[in-house]
Order: sequence, then C-alpha cells, then structure tokens
Amino acid sequence: MKADVEPTSAAAGVDSAARAAGQVLLSLERVSLSFGGVKALRDVSFDIRKGEIRAIIGPNGAGKTSMLNVINGFYHPQEGVITFKGQRRRDMRPYLAASQGIARTFQNVALFRGMSTLDNIMTGRTLKMRRGLLAHMLHWGPAQREEIAHREAVERIIDFLEIAHIRKTPVGRLPYGLQKRVELGRALAMEPELLLLDEPMAGMNLEEKQDMSRFILTVKDTFDTTIALIEHDMSVVMDLSDRVVVLNYGAKIADGTPAQVQSNPAVIEAYLGVSH
Amino acid sequence: MVLFGQFLEVLIGGLLSGVLYSLVALGFVLIFKASGVFNFAQGAMVLLAGLALVRSLDYLAARGFPMWAAVVLGLLFAGVIMTITAWLIERFVLGPLVNQDGLTLFMSTIGATFILEGASQMIFGSDVYPLRLFPTDAWFLFESAFPGGILVNKLDVWGGLIAGILVAGLAIFFQRTKTGRALRAVADDHAAAQSVGIPISWIWFVVWLVAGLVALVAATVWGTKLGVQFSITFLALKALPVLIIGGFTSVPGAIVGGLIVGAGEKIAEVFLGPHMGGGIEYWFAYVLALAVLLVRPQGLFGERIIERI
Repeated sequence: MKADVEPTSAAAGVDSAARAAGQVLLSLERVSLSFGGVKALRDVSFDIRKGEIRAIIGPNGAGKTSMLNVINGFYHPQEGVITFKGQRRRDMRPYLAASQGIARTFQNVALFRGMSTLDNIMTGRTLKMRRGLLAHMLHWGPAQREEIAHREAVERIIDFLEIAHIRKTPVGRLPYGLQKRVELGRALAMEPELLLLDEPMAGMNLEEKQDMSRFILTVKDTFDTTIALIEHDMSVVMDLSDRVVVLNYGAKIADGTPAQVQSNPAVIEAYLGVSH
Repeated sequence: MVLFGQFLEVLIGGLLSGVLYSLVALGFVLIFKASGVFNFAQGAMVLLAGLALVRSLDYLAARGFPMWAAVVLGLLFAGVIMTITAWLIERFVLGPLVNQDGLTLFMSTIGATFILEGASQMIFGSDVYPLRLFPTDAWFLFESAFPGGILVNKLDVWGGLIAGILVAGLAIFFQRTKTGRALRAVADDHAAAQSVGIPISWIWFVVWLVAGLVALVAATVWGTKLGVQFSITFLALKALPVLIIGGFTSVPGAIVGGLIVGAGEKIAEVFLGPHMGGGIEYWFAYVLALAVLLVRPQGLFGERIIERI
C-alpha cells in the first residue's frame, strides 16, 4: 500500500498556506443519483486532491458523465454530501459552480458555433468582467481597459494552445480536434481551480492525442490546476493520471493509483475484460 | 418628371413604412439571436404593450392629467407590464424547458401567444382604441420641382427615427457588451453557456424584457397608425418575410429586410398593380421572401449555417 495520508474530512482553512498536493479540494460522500427508476450513481464516495490529475474510468453507461454533471451542478444528487474547498454545498447550479472555480469541457464538443475562436474563449471571462452594461456599450475608459486586459489573458491562452492561426475563424468550421482545443481554451480562460474534462481525446488521432496530453500536463504543472478527466484510452489514463477511480453500473469498484487499479481483479473483470 | 416624382414619393413612402415592419421584426430577431427560439408571441406582445399603453393613457387623461404626464406614466405602466410578462414567460414557460429542443421552445411560444392575446384583451378590453402619440399629417416636399410635391407622412418619419436609434443601441449592445456576448452564447448552446457561468434564467429574462420593450415601441408607432386593436397581432405575419430576407439572426438585417419589403411592395403595387389587377401589396413580400430562400437560405445578413457531415 502506498503511504498516503488519508485526510479525514475537508480541511477547511486549517492551513491554507499548505497548498501541497494531498489537500482535499473536492470530496463526495455516498452520492446517489437516480432518474426515475434508473440509478445512475449508487453510493459513490471519492475525493479529488489539490494539484492532481484524477481519472474517472469505467465501461459505457457506468455513470462517469453523470458524475461530472453532479460536480458542476447540472444534476442534483438525491443523496450524499459534496464538499468543495471545505464548504459543504447545497442547491448547486452550473453558474454557481462556475463562479466557485469549476470549469469543464463536454463529451460532444459544446462550443458557440456561430462565434469565432476568440469570442468563444472570451465567454470564459464572463464571470471575471465587472463593468456594467452601459459602460461597455459606451466603450469608455474603465470598461475599455477591462476588455483589453481580458483580451490579453485570452491571447496568452490562444498562444499556449497553439491556435493563433484560427482566432478569427467561426468554430463551426474547424476540424474536430481543434474544436476540442478551443473548448479547453474556453475552460482555461475561467482560470478554474478544478477543471473537468469529459473525454478530451475522443475521436482524435495519435498526434492530436499527444498534443492534448501535453497541454493537460502543462496546465497541471504551470497553471496549478486540479484536473478530473474521463477517458477511454487506457494508455492515456495510465500516463496522465495520479489516481484513478473506477465506476461500474453507477457504483465505485476501485480507487487508487493507475498501477493499483490496473491489477485490481474487480476492475479487470468488469472493465478491462482481459488484462493488458 | 411627373412619373419620377411619383416614383420618388412611392419609394420614400415604401421605405418608411418598411421601417415600421422592421420594428416588429426586431423583436423576433432579438429573441432568436439570444435563445434560438422563433418567438411566435411577438405579435401578441405588441398588442399587449399597445393595450396597456392606450388604456392607461385614457384612464389618466380622463382624470385630468396633463398630456405629457399621462404619456410618461402610461409608458412607464406599459414598461412595467412588459417586465412582468418577461418574468412570467421565463419563469413558467421557458425556464422549465432549458436544454430542450428548439422546436419544443417554439411550440411553447405558440401557447404563450394565445394566453397573452386572451389575457390582454380580458384585462384591457377588446375594442379599437385610437392612440395619438405622433403627428399623423403629412409634409409636401419639393413642391417647386414636382407638381403637388412629394407627400411624406410625418408618422412614418418618426417611426424611421425611432427604429434607427433602437437599432444603433441594440447593435452596440450585442457586439460590445459581455451581456451581448452571453446572449449569443446562450443561443448557441445552453449547457456550454451555463458551464462558463452564464445564468440562463437571467439572460432569458433580459431578452424577453428587451423584446417586450421593442414591442412597446412598435406599439406606439403602429397603434398611432392603425389604432390599438386585435388585428395588430397580424403584424407578426408581415414580419416573417422581413426576417427571411434579412436573416433571423441579424439586427441590421431586420432593418434592410424591412426596407426591401416596404419599398418593394409599394412600388410593385403602384407600377405593376394596374397591369396585374392590383392587390399585389398583400403577397409581394412573400414572393420576395421565397426568392431569397431559393438563393440565400440564411437571408442576406444571416449567419451562415455550417453543418458537418
């Protein structure tokens, strides 16, 4: 066993200076979610620690996307306790989750198709813009400076993701791999503490997958962002993630380092089928 | 020279009345841009705004308020009514339908139309109420150049001025402000918009409020022209070709579409009508719209629809 210190409860402001990995950012305790008679999540408990890449894996229909939707407030679990940054949350809404620092991407790219790459990523700054409606309409002093400051932040993200050449292109016209990158850019523009990635590599070729892996690792290291990701490509999961939680039929069947999970008989049986 | 004078008169009259169509079309564009919904209830909202305005004006005038005070209070009252309507529609019609298909939302606005039409006439009455906010007489221009001069309706000029101010304001609102950007984002993808922290219910309330206020402006002009009455809801049908020509997503498109429809139908009526037995005005706009659909389905100014195969 790894000598992990298991934080007993959310360390609410106990020592905010201790930003070392290992401090719990988000914890879910006995979360259950059902739609009518369908149980999407049963009694799932796990946590996400600051600064780690946490993978959520499982066969199709295991409840992975439901899990993300719970975390960012689209779904409201009937049972369970969710604690984020030491605060027990209740009555979550997506825009509240966003304002608390949770950003996400979607399994099927969800971009604003009619808008340019630049405008798409600018929407990620919505919550950070403070000036009023009228000031923006008149485009005067403070509002203009604000717009320019946010434009600079967005341009840095565009450079980082190497999408400068498509900044004015309506995203509906971009190939799929680039759309996924723009979507990541929009989430990054929110400067999130917790970034949820729903199958960031789905439908990509090898080269695009390598690019995306590189971006995800850089985001973790340089932006100090905690990442939770759903992914089907096992080699990607094993390479990227620090810890893995495995769901099957809405229930958690394993939790641990990639190596631990890979050798777990329950996982092999339910998910991998044959060990490889 | 006489013919040219007549042509000029018809053209100017047509363009100005076209702007009045644009006023109604604008309400549609706003809601379509911001929620991807074709709002069938826009005509009913013009009726509601008009009735609220004209009835409160009558009430205040009967109690001896001076004209200017009655107008200000009447506009305020109608504005409050449109605010309440926007809130109710968001809360009870669209709010529960977030993340649903566009067609579902469209159907819900048809339901809202009947409720609005019924409720507004139940509360405010169902007669024809004359409204006199703008002068309805005419100017005769260039009398030295053309015999009899060129007749221009003052009301139409007022309508044109108001529409111009409205469009300039709305264009800046959509392009420059973060709320404008949020509106466009919501129109494209509800879930994604929510995920970047845009509160959809607030955005929808804002949109319906703005559309309601545009309906109020349209009602002041159209109410003066026709009197406030049920048939004002049929303006929605006249706005349809304007939208198809200009594009459903473009504010300037609504204006240009209105100008084309207005000028086109008047010119066709006056110069083509006598050869074809008249009555062209009633169908010309729709034929024009059909032609545009064939050549440019997204309208002259609409956003190009890109589908991936």
